[in-house]
Amino acid sequence: MLTLDRHTYEAIVTHARRDHPDEACGIVAGSVGSDRPQRFVPMANAERSPTFYRFDPREQLALWREMDDRDEEPVVIYHSHTATEAYPSRTDVKYAAEPGAHYVLVSTRDPQEVEFRSYRITEGVVAEEEVQVVSALP
Amino acid sequence: MAIEVRIPTILRPHTGGEKAVEGEGATLDELLADLDVRHPGLRARVVEEKGGTNQLRRFVNVYLDDEDVRFLGGLSTPVADGATVTILPAVAGGAGGVAGG
Repeated sequence: MLTLDRHTYEAIVTHARRDHPDEACGIVAGSVGSDRPQRFVPMANAERSPTFYRFDPREQLALWREMDDRDEEPVVIYHSHTATEAYPSRTDVKYAAEPGAHYVLVSTRDPQEVEFRSYRITEGVVAEEEVQVVSALP
Repeated sequence: MAIEVRIPTILRPHTGGEKAVEGEGATLDELLADLDVRHPGLRARVVEEKGGTNQLRRFVNVYLDDEDVRFLGGLSTPVADGATVTILPAVAGGAGGVAGG
């Protein structure tokens, strides 16, 4: 199960809506081993594409180093799908490289309805999990 | 002296869980070959053969200190003792296919 606070949840949805029709992407960092998504970090989609995303390699290095210095890891890795459901695509599964992360998918295909789902992706296997939004992390 | 190579979580099974290992070589290609002797399989996660030549996998970022080696010379990038090489799988994906991806 992914538990995250309402502020972070809203921030992810807002980012996805803002970048629509391009895919939006980013992470929520947390202390190593804590499973607590605490620090929202929106990233630029270097591909600026409605069907693909990639973190800019330099920005990714800077962020990963910063997390290393702060004893953090990417607890959540999120991106949006802009015309299809919030379910990992073949491409998503192929490049999923953080087996410890919650992969959050937001679909912005419907301007009214929010589709916000979370998955574990381990060695090519997708497992959906429950998302619990709380007012503050325990 | 040697070259420090920082290993991402997903490749640590190849290094017995180590976050960083050391290797030697005059170029990135030689360094990866040297590492593969002690950490079998590591190189194949970073390098692939395409059209008869070896190249870096498209969705694996490799940095020499702060620079993406794609802008330096790819596998033939010279590396020197004391340098740090960082391997980081790209965070990438998306709803649609990508050409050649």
